[in-house]
Amino acid sequence: MNDEYAGDSSQWAFGTGFEDPLAGVDTTVPPGVDPAELAAYCLMLGDDALVMAQRLSEWCSRAPDLEEDIALANMALDLLGQARLLLSRAAAADPGVVPALPEGSPVPAEDALAFFRDAERFRNVRLAEVENGDFAHVVVRLLLFSVARLALLERLRASPDQVLAAVAAKGVKEITYHRDWAGRWFLTLAQGTEESRRRLEAALDALWPYQAELVAPHTGFGVDPATLRDEVDVVLDQVLAVSGVERPDRPPLSGTGRDGAHTAALASLLAEMQVVARAHPSGRW
Amino acid sequence: MVSAAERAAEVARQVRDPEMPMLTLADLGVLRDVEVRGGEEVVVSITPTYTGCPAMATMRDDLVHRLRAAGFDRVEVRIVLDPPWTSDWITERGRAALREAGLSAPGPAPRRTGPIPLTLGPARSAPACPRCGSAATRLTSEFGATACKALYRCTGCQEPFEHVKEI
Repeated sequence: MNDEYAGDSSQWAFGTGFEDPLAGVDTTVPPGVDPAELAAYCLMLGDDALVMAQRLSEWCSRAPDLEEDIALANMALDLLGQARLLLSRAAAADPGVVPALPEGSPVPAEDALAFFRDAERFRNVRLAEVENGDFAHVVVRLLLFSVARLALLERLRASPDQVLAAVAAKGVKEITYHRDWAGRWFLTLAQGTEESRRRLEAALDALWPYQAELVAPHTGFGVDPATLRDEVDVVLDQVLAVSGVERPDRPPLSGTGRDGAHTAALASLLAEMQVVARAHPSGRW
Repeated sequence: MVSAAERAAEVARQVRDPEMPMLTLADLGVLRDVEVRGGEEVVVSITPTYTGCPAMATMRDDLVHRLRAAGFDRVEVRIVLDPPWTSDWITERGRAALREAGLSAPGPAPRRTGPIPLTLGPARSAPACPRCGSAATRLTSEFGATACKALYRCTGCQEPFEHVKEI
């Protein structure tokens, strides 16, 4: 460390207090917007990001090389940041979505939403929650996820809710990098060895039934993801064409995580993610 | 006589980024506003570089700590999300400090209209090596030790270096 900074102890004085990611941000719900609908929409996008971040962070120390380990951790961090803002926004719009905790609990709303809801109250797509597979699996998952999320966030930059619009404007810059990373690795694995291509095609086949959920219709507040289907298809077809990989012929799964119908994988993911917070509901972090 | 507002702004401008301490928060473009209310309460506004930037809590604590040490007992740190931070806000002094520390400063951030194109090839122009100046550099990864940096290697002097990303 440079001597100039070595004596500056304030650099390392991490505070222990909670930092509200929306401190000072005007969270008034704009006129004409239904607070419950706004909260439901933010919860859906926040849960996608939170569950994806958790799955990506499970890759820490397991990627094929250090650079990709860092890349996956970075993407997890971006999504965790988006999740914090979106869950906080949902709670500020409609405090009714926040699980009730004992009086005097120091748990902030975003943490109550992340750590004190059971699986059936999560609104994420099932693509985010399925268990990790090999490296091709995380490449395909990130490609399907970030193509749809980028298209949605691009449109949400013009949201009548100023907080959601700001989160989207920032998120677009981040997800652009995620989508490029996934697209490049998709191409690399497709054109790599027979084995890399076999694994890529297997991952695509396994995850394809989850893709439709990303662009399933949503009524109420916000951009309806179903209106982005063509746009999403154009980008996916572009990656498939360049890679010389066929679009899988697999029907979508029935039901949707948006209604709380999840796979068993979400419950085990949450059991691990929530165990410490639930064991110490009055703990301060 | 220096006013309280000028004094508070000067103290805030001196606070350094916890992850890239060669930069002040002002040089990084993260410090958006310093306001003094009623002569004693300071309201500082900062904006995150990336949504998940884990350094935000430390920045807030450092600002509070320094301003209190300078005699401002009431300090509030606010988050500004709009407009989002862009690497274009890094000052000239900040860019010089990055280069001095062996990091490559960002070029102009992309200004896009319409749908964002997918980039499957290495389309972004590679930065010059901050050590030897060679233009022969190669991207190692678009993700680095902090959210705001990418990793490159110079094929001239063979040294790896970090590049602050354009966003």
